[in-house]
Amino acid sequence: MSSRPELQAPPEIFYDDKEARKYTSSSRNLEIQARLSERTLELLDLPEDDVPRLLLDIGCGSGLSGETISESGHRWIGLDISASMLNVAMEREVEGDLLLGDMGQVCLSFFNIYCGWWIFCNRYIHYLQGLGLRTGVIDGVISISAIQWLCNADKSSHEPRLRLKAFFGSLYRCLSRGAKAVFQMYPENMAQLELILSQAQHAGFSGGLQVDYSNSSKKKKEFLVLSCGSVPTSINYGHKDSCSDDDDSEDDEENGMVYVSDRNMPRKKQRTNNNKRKGGREWVLSKKEQSRRKGNDVPTDSKYTARKRKARF
Amino acid sequence: MRLIVHNMLTCNIKGVINKFPLRIEAEKVIKKEVDFNPDFLRHMLAKIEWKALVDGARSMGYTELPDHAPDTERVESDESFLKKFHHALLELHLEEGSLVCQETGRKFPVDKGVPNMVLREDEV
Repeated sequence: MSSRPELQAPPEIFYDDKEARKYTSSSRNLEIQARLSERTLELLDLPEDDVPRLLLDIGCGSGLSGETISESGHRWIGLDISASMLNVAMEREVEGDLLLGDMGQVCLSFFNIYCGWWIFCNRYIHYLQGLGLRTGVIDGVISISAIQWLCNADKSSHEPRLRLKAFFGSLYRCLSRGAKAVFQMYPENMAQLELILSQAQHAGFSGGLQVDYSNSSKKKKEFLVLSCGSVPTSINYGHKDSCSDDDDSEDDEENGMVYVSDRNMPRKKQRTNNNKRKGGREWVLSKKEQSRRKGNDVPTDSKYTARKRKARF
Repeated sequence: MRLIVHNMLTCNIKGVINKFPLRIEAEKVIKKEVDFNPDFLRHMLAKIEWKALVDGARSMGYTELPDHAPDTERVESDESFLKKFHHALLELHLEEGSLVCQETGRKFPVDKGVPNMVLREDEV
């Protein structure tokens, strides 16, 4: 199983020109990204009033998710740290505006505080900048396969908790009241997920995790759905597809983080069938009957049918 | 980079108070046509910092915008204003140039239409 990109190198190094092109030309990847983007936009739950909104695409890369936004009629601003990926986006002439920037920008400053042990504890005082956008201007945020990059400590200034804090803090400020942020992500483990959720909560977001296809490890997709402000966002716009069972759980807008239920059918209970166990007498008899019905020549059943033979046989 | 983005961008350096707007130093400006959508323009009008938009448009060579935005009721009927607003907000592109922080003077270069907002690690 190949290692995930975020475990190999920082994004601006991993996504060089060659990798950026490979990412964007793989048809399977294009399809996956398009599907993820559509689902993310669906979860964003923008009002269906035909008014285009201004969205932010965090980790927009080569503009694959941005294209889905344009197709749905909204405008977007894309942010990415990899110049190579943005170059590919420019070549594809995406409709959104691109920014080269670090979503979780944290700057170090050295402070010499001459009072004993404070020198050791507070040597590095971190200033959290994050996104650098004006207050309340963004109508919604999407992010496809990007925020797990925040959890890697690539540079010395990159403590994950602080990067996440800078990111969520600045994100909360730039969203308009009632706006949502939906992040499709691949959390490495529970600890990473909890770290992300707690930082989001501290920044003021409420919301939870939406898991699609939770019973298939291959198909499973996780979406962090955060919302900003106390506007009650009950899902009364009809969801187009059949996933009506998770609507109620998304309504929970208390400040706690909730884990949302599955999108699809619950796992079927395995039926144990002791009577027709494969290889047993019952099974052999039923198979013989089946064959007879088909019209084959089958020896008649007797007390010897499916009797256990001696090992030498 | 369109003016719609410029109107949202602030200087990201720590401790800076006057971080918006960034002054535009334009070297190359191009025009790209965009579909006119009055609903979107009305939606954006509420969020836009008008003075920053006017100054930004002027530095990119477009001086047609009025100094003050008309009231929301009048905007519905004023098609010529919407057309100018549309042109300034969405159709002017800064291809080459820089965005300058008014307080520190730090220049964020704009290359091929993409502003580089990444700060250096030692940036104070």
